[in-house]
Amino acid sequence: MQRFLPLVIVLALFAVFLRMMTLEDRNPNEIKSVMIGKPVPEFTLPGLLRREAAITDEFFKSGQPVLVNFFASWCVPCRAEHEKLMQLANEHGATIVGVAYKDEPSAALGFLDELGNPYQRTAVDRDGRLAIDFGVTGVPETFVIDGDGNITYRHWGPIVGDGLEAKVLPAFEAAQ
Amino acid sequence: MSRFIAILIAMMMLAGAAFAVAVDEKPLDDPAKEAMARELMKDIRCLVCQNQSIEDSNADLARDLRQIVRERIAMGDSPDNVRAYLVDRYGDWVLLEPPVKPQTYLLWASPFLFLALVVIAVARRRKAGPPPPLSAEEEAELRRIMADEEARE
Repeated sequence: MQRFLPLVIVLALFAVFLRMMTLEDRNPNEIKSVMIGKPVPEFTLPGLLRREAAITDEFFKSGQPVLVNFFASWCVPCRAEHEKLMQLANEHGATIVGVAYKDEPSAALGFLDELGNPYQRTAVDRDGRLAIDFGVTGVPETFVIDGDGNITYRHWGPIVGDGLEAKVLPAFEAAQ
Repeated sequence: MSRFIAILIAMMMLAGAAFAVAVDEKPLDDPAKEAMARELMKDIRCLVCQNQSIEDSNADLARDLRQIVRERIAMGDSPDNVRAYLVDRYGDWVLLEPPVKPQTYLLWASPFLFLALVVIAVARRRKAGPPPPLSAEEEAELRRIMADEEARE
């Protein structure tokens, strides 16, 4: 028995590594968010749309769950997920706050004119400080905020494929 | 020929500029605080490139984080406060050196655990003592092989 021990150990390790490699939706570049369970950071940012008032963290304490989507006109994956955001707003009645990350407001407006506007409110984060307060590492990223203003879920990267049905919608429904 | 040398010199000068580009922002006025900020930047992971510190990364986010580090040091924050600020947003992963805490005890102890395993293995081998002496047949076989070798020479 003793002589087979090394073989057993190697096989066991092999099984573990194989399992890790083939785990679905495991992205080695993705860093776990430590913001889950924390309240939305305090902020005041100007709105992007014409004549839109400034938005603050007070907006998230309305009792209704809200999604926050960081996007930019220069971000290609944002373009890829845009259709899903439109679907979220139009078919599921979700309130989405769009944060234009490090973008020219005119360019961000052009992006929404071209692809449609899924956002109920928008904010201009010129220097990317709000994104850093949310622990964002790159656009796009989408957060689910519950009615008390606490972050309950973070979607890293674009919402594509079955990401909406499999992850974002369940998280959004759980926040109701 | 002289043109070639001129181009070569120009290229070398450009290479120098490439090295200098990573930390291109305005340093803090107080050299002691600037040194403190630069030292701290070496410990902060760039979240985009992940295996570089923000001190030598060109990523946009790294530049923003350098700016935050400088601002907070200028405001009188200690390096530990700045680290805590970043860990609050990005988790321990943002530190290039993992902190020592209950979740990382195993990580930090693992080199010593492996060393202990090696020591145990060596000790067990020692204890087993030298191999038993050869039996009569084995002696005979050995002598035969040695004789063969000599005959061949």
